[in-house]
Amino acid sequence: MSVLVVAAVLLATAVAAAVAAGRRAAVPLVYGACLVACALGAAVGASELVRAAAGGAPTVFSLPVGLPWSGAHFRIDALGAFFLLVVNLGGAIASLYAFGYGRHEQAPGRVLPFYAAFLAGMNLVVIADDAFTFLLAWESMSLASWALVVAHHRREGNLHAGYVYLVMASFGTLALLLAFGLLAGADGGYAFGVIRGHAQTPTLAALVLFLALLGAGSKAGVVPLHAWLPLAHPAAPSHVSALMSGVMTKVAVYAFVRITFDLLGGVSWWQGMLVLAVGGTTAVLGVLYALMQHDLKRLLAYHTVENIGIIFIGLGLALAFGANGMGLAAALALTAALFHVLNHSLFKSLLFFGAGAVLNATGQRDMERQGGLIHRMPLTATAFLVGCVAISALPPLNGFASEWLTFQAILQSPDLPQWGLKLTVPAVGGLLALSAALAAACFVKAFGIVFLGRPRSVAASNARETDRFSLTAMFALAALCLLLGLLPTIVVDALAPVSEALVGARLPVQAPSGGNGPWLSLVPIAEGRSSYNGLLLFAFIAASAGLAALLVHRFASRRLRRGAAWDCGFPDSDPRTQYTAGSFAQPIRRVFGTLVFRAREHVTMPAPGDRRPARLHVELRDVAWETFYAPVALAVGHAAQRLNRFQFLTIRRYLTLVFVSLVALLSVLALWL
Amino acid sequence: MILGTLGDLAVQLVQMLLVLGAAPLFTGFVRKVRARLQRRKGPPLVQPYRDLYRLLRKEAVLAENASWLFRATPYLVFGTIWVAASLVPTFATGLVFSWTADLIAIVALLGSARFFLALAGMDVGTSFGGIGSSREAMIASLAEPAMLLIVFPVALIAGSTQLATVSEFMASPEVGLRVTLGFALVALVMVAIAENARIPVDNPATHLELTMVHEAMVLEYSGRHLAMIELAAAVKLLLYASLVASVFFPWGLATADGGIAAFAAGGAAWALKMAAAGLLLAVFETVIAKMRVFRVPEFLGAALMLGLLGTLLLFLTRTL
Repeated sequence: MSVLVVAAVLLATAVAAAVAAGRRAAVPLVYGACLVACALGAAVGASELVRAAAGGAPTVFSLPVGLPWSGAHFRIDALGAFFLLVVNLGGAIASLYAFGYGRHEQAPGRVLPFYAAFLAGMNLVVIADDAFTFLLAWESMSLASWALVVAHHRREGNLHAGYVYLVMASFGTLALLLAFGLLAGADGGYAFGVIRGHAQTPTLAALVLFLALLGAGSKAGVVPLHAWLPLAHPAAPSHVSALMSGVMTKVAVYAFVRITFDLLGGVSWWQGMLVLAVGGTTAVLGVLYALMQHDLKRLLAYHTVENIGIIFIGLGLALAFGANGMGLAAALALTAALFHVLNHSLFKSLLFFGAGAVLNATGQRDMERQGGLIHRMPLTATAFLVGCVAISALPPLNGFASEWLTFQAILQSPDLPQWGLKLTVPAVGGLLALSAALAAACFVKAFGIVFLGRPRSVAASNARETDRFSLTAMFALAALCLLLGLLPTIVVDALAPVSEALVGARLPVQAPSGGNGPWLSLVPIAEGRSSYNGLLLFAFIAASAGLAALLVHRFASRRLRRGAAWDCGFPDSDPRTQYTAGSFAQPIRRVFGTLVFRAREHVTMPAPGDRRPARLHVELRDVAWETFYAPVALAVGHAAQRLNRFQFLTIRRYLTLVFVSLVALLSVLALWL
Repeated sequence: MILGTLGDLAVQLVQMLLVLGAAPLFTGFVRKVRARLQRRKGPPLVQPYRDLYRLLRKEAVLAENASWLFRATPYLVFGTIWVAASLVPTFATGLVFSWTADLIAIVALLGSARFFLALAGMDVGTSFGGIGSSREAMIASLAEPAMLLIVFPVALIAGSTQLATVSEFMASPEVGLRVTLGFALVALVMVAIAENARIPVDNPATHLELTMVHEAMVLEYSGRHLAMIELAAAVKLLLYASLVASVFFPWGLATADGGIAAFAAGGAAWALKMAAAGLLLAVFETVIAKMRVFRVPEFLGAALMLGLLGTLLLFLTRTL
């Protein structure tokens, strides 16, 4: 029940914000209310998860709103509780960040009401227990976030982003609507409890899975339905970008998990393979697109696409293992995917907060005009670095822990009976490894170009450290990234009731009292197979690095002299001689770009004596857009052109048109009956 | 009980100090053999130790705009690689901390070290540092997946990603001769060459050459910082040689509960294996020419394909 209070507080805040947005005090009041509500929601999620682990039944309640004959049903089971925690943790920290960031907002009236409504919508999605409530909450989440995307509607490109987002969101909801329609069956039982009771025919189940992949996948940003995401997420204010990338895409993952694992219950192995293939493609294409970006926020948005791919790899594996009755392997894959959901919500929010701080400090998102910010924004740089290491899946931070679990799940594949899966899974493992390595390259580029080197513009050389609220939010997230990386066992144990409910198995107890394996190690199957201890690894690295530094300074030399950069004897004072984002990515573009982007480089080299500058123009083509979107857009434009003739008719012709269509419809009806 | 634990810890400590102490010797040995093959006299075997000593005592010169990250990176990189190296079996398997990280985590640890080194290359904002970091990122983006595709078949054959379990299984007679393992060995050697910046991918002995990668990245380092990075590079080379030895040639490896005699025998076997590895590396580097940077993707792509092919072959042979 207390979650409804949270949602009600958020909705009330939204209404109040709409009324009082003009006042100065509105900004801290609204974000304060959101912070308190989300903290409460996170506490509810955590306590429900603990209750589920102890074997408690899900909390169920209903309200007499919505459809008159059914009302609105809500239910918090282990899965819902976990996502409630993810949503509200992200929401609470984003609200904290917004205390500082929101002060720079030019038009708070365009942000505040929708911000609270957006949070309320996401909360309602994960606790809804009937299709009507679910879709209502889903749509309000979409609409509120759309309003936030177009909050700065005068900035170039934002209206276009909002338009594409609106179209894709409608498409996704349509797919989900059809999926629920199929699930409800002929007698139209829309409560999730009733749907679970239905047995679906294999064809219907395949269709539902496909529709869920379209509907939830388009919101999550699965390739090729991702086109709106890198446009819309960066367009919103940064704390909203963090929520959209870090949290809303997770709500979409929730929708997919809810439909396929819970409501559908059992799919066949080739559907798992489909999800797996989609996940692998999404992961690699997402990170390759990200590598080509020069806009920091857009780069981060493309990385969301990559991480969604990693999550879907885990989900696809869980489906494939589950279809073959391999409970433990399915539990491992599902746990890995859900762990990555939590991890990504943490480090993606952190990185967007950092990008927002940089945007505020320098007034620009273009990476080519940043540089050297580690000197002027040392704290932001430190927190951002933690996020970079975490998202690049490097030990000992949390991103590695969940990817390591995914790799362990992939290594369970030889026991699969189907040849298709046997061959697909290692290939997807290769794709996962490729995306992890490319992500590391991409974040060397992101951090190196923005925070290291010499400033590339006046704005970058005059940047100031960001405010305390933002820093607190960023460091809270960085600490969580470190904590979950060092003690992944906590999350794995917390996810046990979720995997038990969805795939009927759980991983061995990881807590020390469980007595499984050495102290605080992550042991997914058995100690002889694989184990990982982030805490010990971190302690060892810290100890040996610290010891080395200490000994060197004590016994060898501690003298230090500052001088000009060496640069092989030819230092150039112009910061423009540094590597840029484009030149950093050039080798990788040459290796992968010709295949994926059909990249072409055009060099205009003027003749000797000509004083025009030489130019390098790189042409990258978005294959997904050209294959899937451009033809549709063309067809719609074409049809609209044709129908345009009907717009300016005389009243007589309109009446004739109405009359003719009426007669036509009636005659069709007459023939039909 | 406590005495046993202390003994285990002592053996682990010996392993850590052994890789640290032997790493410069291994580098010196490879250099010496290469020099002899080129009919040069070559520097003495202990030259790397002398170099380290000299560098450690010199003052460090930092560029004016170098940040704290630039100063912290040498120690971080050294610590990370040292920890990774002490988890790879040298003379004995199943040491007391061997469950801390499996093969995947060791590969990722090396990735962490490279991540920071590449960042340090971009810190001062020179074009050489940028070129090194950018190319290192490109090479790593292919070498890491290739490495993981090598880990897959090995782990599938041994039924574990735990290095101790893997080498114990590989030493047992039930392994037999497998095509997959042959592919994995070739691929691992190729990756090791790329990861350690050896010829034909990169040249550890050049400066002032546009083809250099690793050396360009660490160009701004001097004094004690450079010493830490050189030492880390030597440890990494030894790590890969030990890795190849422990997975594919695990003969003579002692187990954790073996006595001093078993450890000594394991150590002698390891020394012999390392000498063979150094010899082969030197011969290989002498007979082959350095390739263009944009040929490297093909080289590593071949390793990647070998790994994938090995995994697929494994499935085929399993069912037959």
